[in-house]
Amino acid sequence: MPPHPETWLKVLPEGLFCEPGGFFIDPPGPVPRAIITHAHADHARPGHGAVLASPETMALMDVRMGEGRSGAQRQVLPYGEPITLDGVRVWLQPAGHVLGSAQVAMEWQGSRAVVSGDYKRVADPTCMGFEPIACDVFVTEATFGLPVFRHPPALGEAARLLDSVRLFPERTHVIGCYALGKCQRLIALLRQAGWDGPIHLHGALIPLCQAYERMGIPLGELRPATVAAKAELAGAIVLAPPSAIADRWARRLADPVVCLASGWMRVRQRAKAKGIELPLVISDHADWDELCATLTEVDAPEIWVTHGREEALIHAAEQQGRRGRALRLVGYGDEDDAGVEAVPGETALGGKVVA
Amino acid sequence: MIAFAELLERLTLTPGRLAKIALLRRFFETEPDPDRGIGLAALTGELAFDAAKPALIRQLAESRTDPVLFAWSYDYVGDLAETVALMWPERRVNAPPPLLMEVVQSLATTPKSELGALVAGWLDASPAPVRLAILKLITGGLRVGASVRIAKIALAELSGGRIAADDIEEVWHGLSPPYTELFAWLEGRGDKPDPAGAPVFRPPMLAHPLEVQDLAVLDYARYVAEWKWDGIRVQLVSTPGGRRLYSRGSEDISAAFPEIVEAMTFDAVLDGELLVLRDGPDGVVVAPFADLQQRLNRKAPTGRMMQQFPVGIRLYDMLFEADEDLRPLPFDARRRRLEDWFARAAPARMDLSELIDVPDLPALSVLRDGARAASIEGLMLKRRDSPYVPGRPKGLWWKWKRDPLTIDAVLMYAQRGHGKRSSFYSDYTFGLWRQLEGGSEELVPVGKAYSGFTDAELAMLDRWIRNHTTARFGPVREVAHGRDAGIVLEIAFDAAQRSTRHKSGVALRFPRVSRLRTDKPPAEADRLDILIRLLEGEATIAI
Repeated sequence: MPPHPETWLKVLPEGLFCEPGGFFIDPPGPVPRAIITHAHADHARPGHGAVLASPETMALMDVRMGEGRSGAQRQVLPYGEPITLDGVRVWLQPAGHVLGSAQVAMEWQGSRAVVSGDYKRVADPTCMGFEPIACDVFVTEATFGLPVFRHPPALGEAARLLDSVRLFPERTHVIGCYALGKCQRLIALLRQAGWDGPIHLHGALIPLCQAYERMGIPLGELRPATVAAKAELAGAIVLAPPSAIADRWARRLADPVVCLASGWMRVRQRAKAKGIELPLVISDHADWDELCATLTEVDAPEIWVTHGREEALIHAAEQQGRRGRALRLVGYGDEDDAGVEAVPGETALGGKVVA
Repeated sequence: MIAFAELLERLTLTPGRLAKIALLRRFFETEPDPDRGIGLAALTGELAFDAAKPALIRQLAESRTDPVLFAWSYDYVGDLAETVALMWPERRVNAPPPLLMEVVQSLATTPKSELGALVAGWLDASPAPVRLAILKLITGGLRVGASVRIAKIALAELSGGRIAADDIEEVWHGLSPPYTELFAWLEGRGDKPDPAGAPVFRPPMLAHPLEVQDLAVLDYARYVAEWKWDGIRVQLVSTPGGRRLYSRGSEDISAAFPEIVEAMTFDAVLDGELLVLRDGPDGVVVAPFADLQQRLNRKAPTGRMMQQFPVGIRLYDMLFEADEDLRPLPFDARRRRLEDWFARAAPARMDLSELIDVPDLPALSVLRDGARAASIEGLMLKRRDSPYVPGRPKGLWWKWKRDPLTIDAVLMYAQRGHGKRSSFYSDYTFGLWRQLEGGSEELVPVGKAYSGFTDAELAMLDRWIRNHTTARFGPVREVAHGRDAGIVLEIAFDAAQRSTRHKSGVALRFPRVSRLRTDKPPAEADRLDILIRLLEGEATIAI
């Protein structure tokens, strides 16, 4: 009988550890050997010994941390190409979260575990879609693990934004969005919804947009918002990190309509508390229905939840007849939830950015 | 219903008045009859349903959701209707979301036993924002922060400038949902609706604040003065078609003051001040505003409240006597009509506001300075030949408020403002020194101020607050405040009143920042005792 994954995939103080393979997955601090699911700051930390990631994730880490800062030895692994690390067969599969995001699939002595990283199930023009893998243990996130979180079609949210731009043509629409992934997806959505004019960007968003374009994701005409004249910004769409939209930086804008693109915006009270005038429910995380459907699709008898609202998802898993376990990994958050009230001087990228 | 749901969400989250008007205007422009009129009624609080209550919503939730997940979700969201709207299990049904008219009509006519199934069917056919709008409509909790006045301004814009919001005001209370004749009039497809004897509200005439530069140039012989009473301005409308008591903002407050409505046994439209009046040894005594506040907080008073806080009207003006519109007449003529009518009608619970002759500025100043008593805010000056003009016409009526009181207080907490001020710390909680047992002193918060400073002062305060933050509680920052650290604000206010809700025991009326006292060390700010000595209600004035 193959060994149960809990005998070889363990939660250590340093993070989730594959013991026979000798590697950590998304460790919150430097380790000798790490596999990184995606380039968000809470999953991708600098300074590892050896680091393995998808080519896109590696490129994005270089942009965020500085060339070569992610680890001393860096190895890229394209999706679907298995390698063997000390007897553990490992491959990456698209997770649909952001460009380059991957699930880490591991097989050891006939037992298979999949670590999803962060993921979503709806189509995203800026990254490959999630591909489910049948497994014995599925390690999932649960950021939006409550049934109140059900994201509406993202294109409809982009259309609501454009409708508001038409209604208030003299005002700037400033949209708070996380710099990696959300920003580029929102731009692509606006293009799909018919906005072919320029989109203005806060300085912190520019390097990652350039990286996306280098990797073949066209974003259309982008302009720096910081140098634009106030008159130019009347009627403009400006994207900025959530921490900037209601703070001093935003004073340069023309009577701004403050918007935030985030799955949290589903709850009106959260929008109100943050002073958001137009909430856009756009998330790069699976919503409740997607989480539950994914558990059914991968059909693992056992579900481990890394972070988020684990109790509700475990409750749902148990109702499907699966065993649920909360890993309570510390250090992961939701990138949007850094919040509008971030400390001045800190960027929305968690202060770890070279941008 | 989709457009209405979107409108509700945006109105709830939009701080700006102009933006709210634009949102409403577009809704009225693009939605067809009768839905736009029903939406208008819902927003202005004209709709109420008795049958559907929160219990029904809770039952629906229990029938369709997992109880454990519901409990966690409710705990997270914190609002019953929103929780149910968000977590309602979506099923594909072959039906569009209901129309607003359909929802409103069905709610009024469906027997209680069938209501659950009806509402569940609507929720099945609707996306989340519409589900929320339906549930909020049912429970009467729209709370969008858009006043009736804003809705009327948006309606007036539909006419392309032909019709003013005040014109709508004059017919408003004679109309009923779905207001098709109103929309027809606004869009030039029909005549002005005729209220035909209905007790409609007439927009009141308001006064300009008197500035120093005006004082020197006024021709006092042309004016008459009155006390400016510190109650609420009301309009009494009594016609064969009904009796209504309206606030200055056209809100029907009849139900809150039944004893006034009972006393309106006449056919006239009157302008006056609603006050708590008590019999004293030397005549009727006006109670401080805090007493009236007790009554204003209630939709319908208990017998005990009516006894404890008896209200009356001090009459200022007469707009109609029976069918005769007196508004074009000069003030003097209207006043004579009011006095003659009052002598004949002798209405209960009402008296006339006393007129004061003003020979010149010195006499007026003496009067105003003497008006330090409770329940008088200052003086009104009315030009003898002024017709009753809705709105705030220039040069006819003036209000000359008594000088505000001031204290020097220490800034303790700051919070960001809204809308244009959302990046500025513009809401200030300030405190005064209080002696503790053992002789040391502590600062105790006494109020909040949001206005009175210039843009430059706001920028300076914002910078200072960011650089001197000592703690954060959500959106609130605590700033350095102590004997040697902190910033002193001179706070102006109209009156101090006892309050059990404030730690200091005192509440200020209309506090605002009058000056930044960067020259003053916090240790020299005022003591709480000063405020306590100023408390109103300790000394009332008999008229």
